[in-house]
Amino acid sequence: MAAPQVILQSITGVDVELRIAGVGSRSFAFVIDWHIRAVLAFTWWAIGSLVSLGDIATFFAGEEAPGPGYFLWVLLPTAGIYLFYHPILEVLMRGSTPGKRMAGVRIVTRTGDIPSMGALLIRNVFRLIDSLPFAYLVGLATALFTEQHVRFGDIAAGTLLILDSKEHDTSFARLTPPNRSLDPRAADLIHELLERWTALDEKTRGEIGRSLLARADRSMSPEQLAQLSTVELRTRLQTLLNPTP
Amino acid sequence: MNAEAGMQAWLASRVETWRQLSPQLEALEKSRNHSAAEALQAIDLYRALGRDLSIARRILPGSRVTKALEHSYAKLHSIIYRKPHDWRARLLTLFREEIPEVVRELRPAIVWVTLLFVLSAGAGWWLISQHPELISLLASEEMINGVEGGRLWTEGLLNVTPSSVLSIGILSNNIAVSLMAFCLGVLFGLGTFYIIATNGLMLGAIFAFTHQHGMAGELLKFVTAHGVVELSVICLAGAAGTMLGEALIRPTHATRRESFQHAATKASRLLVLCALLLVGCGFIEGYLSPDPSFPMISRGVVGFGYGMVMIAALTGDLFGRKRVKPAVGF
Repeated sequence: MAAPQVILQSITGVDVELRIAGVGSRSFAFVIDWHIRAVLAFTWWAIGSLVSLGDIATFFAGEEAPGPGYFLWVLLPTAGIYLFYHPILEVLMRGSTPGKRMAGVRIVTRTGDIPSMGALLIRNVFRLIDSLPFAYLVGLATALFTEQHVRFGDIAAGTLLILDSKEHDTSFARLTPPNRSLDPRAADLIHELLERWTALDEKTRGEIGRSLLARADRSMSPEQLAQLSTVELRTRLQTLLNPTP
Repeated sequence: MNAEAGMQAWLASRVETWRQLSPQLEALEKSRNHSAAEALQAIDLYRALGRDLSIARRILPGSRVTKALEHSYAKLHSIIYRKPHDWRARLLTLFREEIPEVVRELRPAIVWVTLLFVLSAGAGWWLISQHPELISLLASEEMINGVEGGRLWTEGLLNVTPSSVLSIGILSNNIAVSLMAFCLGVLFGLGTFYIIATNGLMLGAIFAFTHQHGMAGELLKFVTAHGVVELSVICLAGAAGTMLGEALIRPTHATRRESFQHAATKASRLLVLCALLLVGCGFIEGYLSPDPSFPMISRGVVGFGYGMVMIAALTGDLFGRKRVKPAVGF
């Protein structure tokens, strides 16, 4: 199913289309971020405990209450890393976090621009509501049932989570193949097929590959195409995209 | 030239420009101090990209090239429409203009929420005066045993916990209560009323309980320095929360969603000031309030003085707000 879109008008007269991230992408980004912040917080706590108490077990033994220095330099930063991970990184990374980057999503305003610090902070304050009663159930439910898959924080801040995959940046790099006689639409399809080659079963990739080859290389007869093995077919398609000089 | 050859020629003519897009956009996004020439260049690029995208949508719909152009165009759009960035000016506007404006708008709500708090405190006092056994519902066993044994829980607090730790603990608790009072306004204001009423009820009940054991004066002495601002801030956050509820009940914009967003943006400005005021409260409550060497008069001066600072901050006077004199008509 195609992702829902938001279409914005621009001064050039050409609309900007933003693809809204669904609950899956949103949850994926959150899970990655949760692991990162948990690991960071735990690492700080473990190193701090080792340095100040000499042993992590001492903390759990509870025989001697740790001093105020332990609270200020170990426990407080640990809580800070865990609780302020999202607001700080979202502000510093202009609407993104490591998890969001990995999941290929980004926060933008409803007009498509980079959210202000105020909007990002409001979005994070409302985590108090979205995280209720546990495991972000309220946020998950609102994201599931709203048209643009937003949680309360997004509604309050006027933000959207959009798909922002880095793979698009590589699309230009392989844009015009050296073989200029190849139709760009066919080249596009060949690229896609070669990328999914191993994921497709042999019969399907053979059929699609032969049909594309027939369209791109008219010098081959149907009999010649039928006789090509899978390996030969793949090599031919690769050669079509990048012919040796 | 047939259509396919034309498409090839167009792609060949544009491909080098597109290949440069990714680093260009990255640089534009990272930098915050663009020269006028760079800004004009970005606008030219935006126009050219719009033109290319329009052609690509027509001749190569759904292709990767079109998708990549869509992506770059959306990114450049977000960069071009990014709001100007001047921290100092932004903060001055926030504290001088925007917060006082929100406070003016919220005046009736502040009065009503404060009234609710006072009435709840009165109800808590009455409840415990009439049914002292109900204190177990509102206070911890340790606290009850301490007061019954003639010792207030605030006594010797500094011997147990250092001031710095106490301040941070109190600050985080107060900020959490204020944020909850604000955010729960999303339940049509009812959540805010609940938080304000329970806080008032507890305050009244605990004062009544300590009064029964002749220690209300001691508790008042403890609360005076920080309580004025702390309780006011909770009421302010509550008033901001009712703004969210009001926006949902009586939308001021075309949709409830827009109205809610508008109210959240506005009300959250007040929360920035509330958080700052609570930092001061935490400091006072951690260092001054539990220290028995401070006489009541000093506590009163601090409490009253900090209250004045709060009012000056709410009106914007503390940050040098210039009042516009009304024009004199003839």
